[in-house]
Amino acid sequence: MRQIAIYGKGGIGKSTTTQNLVAALAEAGHTCMIIGCDPKADSTRLILNRKAQNTVMDMAREKGTVEDLELDDVLLRGFKDIKCAESGGPEPGVGCAGRGVITAINFLEENGAYGDDTDFVFYDVLGDVVCGGFAMPIREGKAKEIYIVTSGEMMAMYAANNISRGVLKYAQSGGVRLGGLICNSRETDKEYELISELASKLGTQMIHFVPRDNEVQRAELRRKTVIEYAPEHKQADEYRTLAKKIADNKNFVIPTPITMDELELLLMDFGIMEKEEAVA
Amino acid sequence: MSTTIKDTQKMIEEILDAYPEKSKKERAKHLAANDPTGQCTTCQVKSNVKSRPGVMTVRGCAYAGAKGVVWGPVKDQITISHGPIGCGQYSWWSRRNYYNGQTGIDAFGTMHITTDFQEKNIVYGGDKGLDLAIKELRGLFPLGRGIGILSECPVGLIGDDIEAVSKRVAKEINIPIVPVRCEGFRGVSQSLGHHIANDTIKDYVLGKGTLEKTTPYDVNLIGDYNIGGDAWASRKILEEMGLRVIAQYTGDSTINELGIASKAKLNLIHCYRSMNYICRTMEENYGIPWMEFNFFGPTKTFDSIRKIAGKFDEKIQKNAEAVIAKYTPLMEKVVAQFRPKLDGKKVMLYVGGLRPRHTIGAYEDLGMEVVASGYEFGHSDDYKRTYPDMKEGAVIMDDATLYEMEEFTRRLKPDMVGSGIKEKYTYHKLGVPFRQMHSWDYSGPYHGFDGFPVFARDMDMTVNSPTWGLIRRQRA
Repeated sequence: MRQIAIYGKGGIGKSTTTQNLVAALAEAGHTCMIIGCDPKADSTRLILNRKAQNTVMDMAREKGTVEDLELDDVLLRGFKDIKCAESGGPEPGVGCAGRGVITAINFLEENGAYGDDTDFVFYDVLGDVVCGGFAMPIREGKAKEIYIVTSGEMMAMYAANNISRGVLKYAQSGGVRLGGLICNSRETDKEYELISELASKLGTQMIHFVPRDNEVQRAELRRKTVIEYAPEHKQADEYRTLAKKIADNKNFVIPTPITMDELELLLMDFGIMEKEEAVA
Repeated sequence: MSTTIKDTQKMIEEILDAYPEKSKKERAKHLAANDPTGQCTTCQVKSNVKSRPGVMTVRGCAYAGAKGVVWGPVKDQITISHGPIGCGQYSWWSRRNYYNGQTGIDAFGTMHITTDFQEKNIVYGGDKGLDLAIKELRGLFPLGRGIGILSECPVGLIGDDIEAVSKRVAKEINIPIVPVRCEGFRGVSQSLGHHIANDTIKDYVLGKGTLEKTTPYDVNLIGDYNIGGDAWASRKILEEMGLRVIAQYTGDSTINELGIASKAKLNLIHCYRSMNYICRTMEENYGIPWMEFNFFGPTKTFDSIRKIAGKFDEKIQKNAEAVIAKYTPLMEKVVAQFRPKLDGKKVMLYVGGLRPRHTIGAYEDLGMEVVASGYEFGHSDDYKRTYPDMKEGAVIMDDATLYEMEEFTRRLKPDMVGSGIKEKYTYHKLGVPFRQMHSWDYSGPYHGFDGFPVFARDMDMTVNSPTWGLIRRQRA
């Protein structure tokens, strides 16, 4: 069983990419599971064809305590029998969503949600690793592989670099490794070259460049992955390629995060940011 | 520098030698030989800083200071421990703050109320449960005059907005709801909890009570928590002097009392450490002067009575002398009975608040000498007040560790040790007479003329109990 965590800046397309990727893996015959680690609970919508109603924390709240929960209450099956669970959590501004992730993952583990027959477990984690709770999926004994979803936008790259720092910390104390960057294209200038270069600076690879295609949005509106909605479409093949690359990946590294200055320099080298003297 | 100071310093150095270098250097600043004159620059202890990890400090936390000390004794306030069950459960009426009233009807001191956090409250926030708890409490206990929300650690971590709940619900139920941000991780000891609690009294209660008329003799009794009935003994003296105690802070007190305190002419403060803040507030905002006093043992009590009377007119001063004259024979009788059995006995104290210095006079009245004294959570102003009260070369200790206390005990060979529940059983095992001086070992009162006979009896009972002779002594 391989446990994989997907991180990246908020809104970059982590959940969409993860679900399309997992759908492609399942289609190829792998047994898969997705655990949504985001209080918004929208990490499994495209697999289940609806928003998950019974998240671990919501059910725990309803029943009193997490000990009162049964695995069947929260573990649902969707497209190609992909197992789905959502940690759930509070509305923005109250409580502690991070604790919700910890509680939910502990519950799933203790109750044998992963099973022996599962090939891939994916953790889809909220944008920033703001506290210990959101680092839960990469702690000792959990996800050993991380992929960071990014684009050529500066803040997405900045977030990718920051996440690498978090990975570095856990790589030193546990066994977690960075498997690569997934570029979810925003069609920014020289995006392919830029992310390839960022990946090499971080000591890793750009495992796949997913081009932008509105078919993804069309599928999403129907609560489906492209794999399910338009299996013949070329975008579905992109996700199949990504899935194959991840399944075959052997390139796992301890990342080498760069400084903010180095990141800015990178953008200048690619002519995306003008040099200050040129501006003046 | 005198030889007695040098000898004590040498002893301290020997004790510190057992520590690793870093701990030794740091702990050295907290132990000193006393210099009553204040001339010796190396004799001042460092205080109110974070405890060294691993030294087994006996300090408490901000919640303990705010709930256990300041707010807990207010009898007609319903105090909620907001958070998981443990903090409230294990601090449940541990300080024996006596009160008059019918528990569960118009007084709530011995009741333990908590929002009992579960995982779901951490994840989704505890505010809704708190809202519900307050409304239920209002229904169950209509004679409650206020509600206190005492935050436990998780409340601060998840950012529960207890202020918003207080504000909203207070409007609905029309009694003060006091949110107290006393999360245990704040500050270095319970001391910050006292300060936080004092500030909430100022913000939510002070100046809001009703008092029909005022007199020139209105005073507040501050920093007396009525442990074993202490505040009643102190109040009695003040009333016999002709003063009117309009508020007790906070032993056997009511929300209304805390509110009307701003109308007093003088604040009389016993426990300076836990309540100097509210005295300063009342001085700044209402122009009320404050003075410290000491009602432990006849010498200090007589002295304090005269000093307090000095703040008032001749009538009060005359009354004061009459009070002293009335009680002198009783006090002499107590001394005559117990001094022969206690004369020359040595005492080591390690407590909190005011006791490390305030009880010295009472021991001296019985012929006993305090050879070492220390504060769990004192500040430098406490120590400055302590140096003159102790003999030259006596040991002063701040945030002492059990190792240090054991070593001082072996070397100083005190005839009794007065400290807290955490130290008690170590001393029992050492075979050293011990008295729990936080809650008077389930006895009391110790304040005033009612208290001194009890104090003297208890010290005799402790020092001269034949029990100690039956324990195999481990003393070197």
